[in-house]
Amino acid sequence: MPATILLAISLGDFIWLVIALFIMFSALSGVVLSLTWLERKVLGRLQLRLGPTRTGPMGLMQPIADALKLILKEDIIPASSDKALFWVAPIIVVISAFMIWVTIPGTQNAVIQNLDLGLFYIIAFSVVGILGLVLAGWGSANKYGTLGGLRAAAQLISYEIPIIMVAISMAMLAQSLDLREIVNGQDDYIYFLVQPLGLALFFIAGLAEVGRTPFDIYFAESEIVGGPFVEYSGAHWSVFFLAEYINTFAIAALTVILFFGGWSGPGLTGDWGIIYFLLKVYLVIMVIFWIRGTFPRLRIDQLMAFAWKVMVPMSFLTIVMTAVYQFYGWPAWSLTAMSTTGLVVVGIVIYKKMTAPSKLVAETRSRQAALEAQRRAPATGGGD
Amino acid sequence: MTQTSENIVPNAEPVEMLLNMGPQHPSTHGVFRMVLWVDGEKIVDVVPHIGYLHRGSEKLCEGEQYNQVITLFDRMDYIANFNNEHVYVRAVEKLMGMEVSERSEYIRVILCELNRIASHMLFIATMGLDAGAMTPSMFCFRGRERIQGLFESVSGARMMHNYFRIGGLKEDVPDDFVAQVREVLELVKKDTEESDKLLSFNEIFLARLKNIAVMSAEDAIDYGLTGPCLRASGVDYDVRKAAPYSVYDRFDFDVPIGLDGDCWDRYYLRVQEVYQSIRIVEQALDQLPDGEVTSSLGRRLLRPPAGEVYVRGENPRGEIGVYLNSDGSDKPYRIKVRPPSFCNLSALRQMLKDSWIADSVVILGALDIVLGEVDR
Repeated sequence: MPATILLAISLGDFIWLVIALFIMFSALSGVVLSLTWLERKVLGRLQLRLGPTRTGPMGLMQPIADALKLILKEDIIPASSDKALFWVAPIIVVISAFMIWVTIPGTQNAVIQNLDLGLFYIIAFSVVGILGLVLAGWGSANKYGTLGGLRAAAQLISYEIPIIMVAISMAMLAQSLDLREIVNGQDDYIYFLVQPLGLALFFIAGLAEVGRTPFDIYFAESEIVGGPFVEYSGAHWSVFFLAEYINTFAIAALTVILFFGGWSGPGLTGDWGIIYFLLKVYLVIMVIFWIRGTFPRLRIDQLMAFAWKVMVPMSFLTIVMTAVYQFYGWPAWSLTAMSTTGLVVVGIVIYKKMTAPSKLVAETRSRQAALEAQRRAPATGGGD
Repeated sequence: MTQTSENIVPNAEPVEMLLNMGPQHPSTHGVFRMVLWVDGEKIVDVVPHIGYLHRGSEKLCEGEQYNQVITLFDRMDYIANFNNEHVYVRAVEKLMGMEVSERSEYIRVILCELNRIASHMLFIATMGLDAGAMTPSMFCFRGRERIQGLFESVSGARMMHNYFRIGGLKEDVPDDFVAQVREVLELVKKDTEESDKLLSFNEIFLARLKNIAVMSAEDAIDYGLTGPCLRASGVDYDVRKAAPYSVYDRFDFDVPIGLDGDCWDRYYLRVQEVYQSIRIVEQALDQLPDGEVTSSLGRRLLRPPAGEVYVRGENPRGEIGVYLNSDGSDKPYRIKVRPPSFCNLSALRQMLKDSWIADSVVILGALDIVLGEVDR
């Protein structure tokens, strides 16, 4: 189906599109509300807390209370800020976040406007958000903001490359950039089974794309106190917040579409598949929350080194693997074997060679044990 | 010294930006302020500013009677109140040549070590937060809260206890004190183990802390570092072992020392110290004798003989020293405190040289300063 140009469509279709966009906007806002509640609850349980309990049953009204508070708060615009940029930055961020969702399909039919170049479109629009973050950092005339904006530019552009590479190799498998075709291509087997390396790369780079822990470097609270968002308050800040959660949801949805067969699943057919889709997406998001509750934050140089020394070469490898598999027409398990080997062998080797932590853990543990043993030895020898 | 760019960075050419960190920054542990000269993400130079919490505690001491000074010492290192009270009452007792009952010394040691555990748990929590890990802080605050509940049952206050008295204690501990402490110790041990397992050997945490701000043993001694920051550099020095005071010579405990003198060692050493403090408290509970703890001196107007005395003790943050000069009146003539945080902070500039902005909060966090004590 060729992409329809908006101006060339009939009035009826136009009205339908407006209604559909309105539905999308409401649905995504609802999703964001559910995600904020879920994140607080999940993190609370991970940390042996209860999470919100006071607002409504199980604290379910907490997101609404939060939203009301943010809207009613005074919206402070710093006197020294560049007001035009300060105003336009959140709008750019949130529009790019919403635009992505125009072409992400929930089921075969639950999509506003399916595009043949869907994957290309999504990647293109996800880069636009970076512009908003840089403008926000610069426009707020705050050094922490500027640092955060520059960090965002460096981080997001670096991690965009692995995402694109992995997305390309997935498109090669499905022989299409159309997201519906990619899902339909997974009828026999989901792509996670043939390209686990790709999933690992895509998920890690996705975390970095949306700035979730351990890659929440561009707004690192303990260092640059919120980065680009440091001067924002009230409704403006809540717009950033909205965009962040929509992006998280989008990355989870893309992971599900590219690797876990989207809405397909046993038992449910047709548009009921959206239940499977949401279930899978929320599971991926749970993993993201779990990671947030577990890991500390990387430093910017470690993050960049990881991107350029590990992620980018490995993502090229996925393309090469997929290309070889496609060109020679080997059976599917051969790609599985290649990808798994790549994930395990190359991953561990590169990780150990390129990043210090693994070596450090082993070394530190052994030295600590040696020190303990050494301390015990004279104590028992000279004991009375 | 006036702060102009000329005398701060005499020969640093590529300075791009002056970044003011604090006093309202979430990771400067209070109202500390660092003026960072940064070149991109690299720190070229740093000028620390202190004094935002200056209350003139030492001068205030001169206007208070000896028994009233205890509450001022509570407010210096407000994370380790009992340890501070302890060193002050020991100073006055030494000046007066006073004997303190066994039971009160044991209770003092138990409370001091519990306070050390609470202080270190707060450190582990904030270290995790500085590095971006939020969950260990919850585990540690839970343990700390338990200890503070215990303190409340003993002294009536969670912090600022005002419980030690010259010559003894304010009153005896509650009847079920021993059972309570044992119960809390078990739980606290679990909390520490939980956060230890989660955080200490995490690869990202190691990458952030290992080989950051390395101090050699010589440098550490030259800068006058004490406590965990000194021992992390491999120097085996602990006042409790080097010059045993109170009843510390009766307990069997280790002094953990570090390997490389980096931030991770400073962190892990404190984790190990928590276990050692638990050992001390367990032994003290076993040996706890009966007897009087209150002294009539605590309620009377004290007039120590004229003279001067210097007493030191091991605080969670390092060696605290109290110099006390008496002119024979009911108020101290002069009190000078050697606060461990202030002396440890002096090494900040060398530690921050050529580090990243992200490292600065970790390095400052690993020093574990308390501004109430730095500024006094």
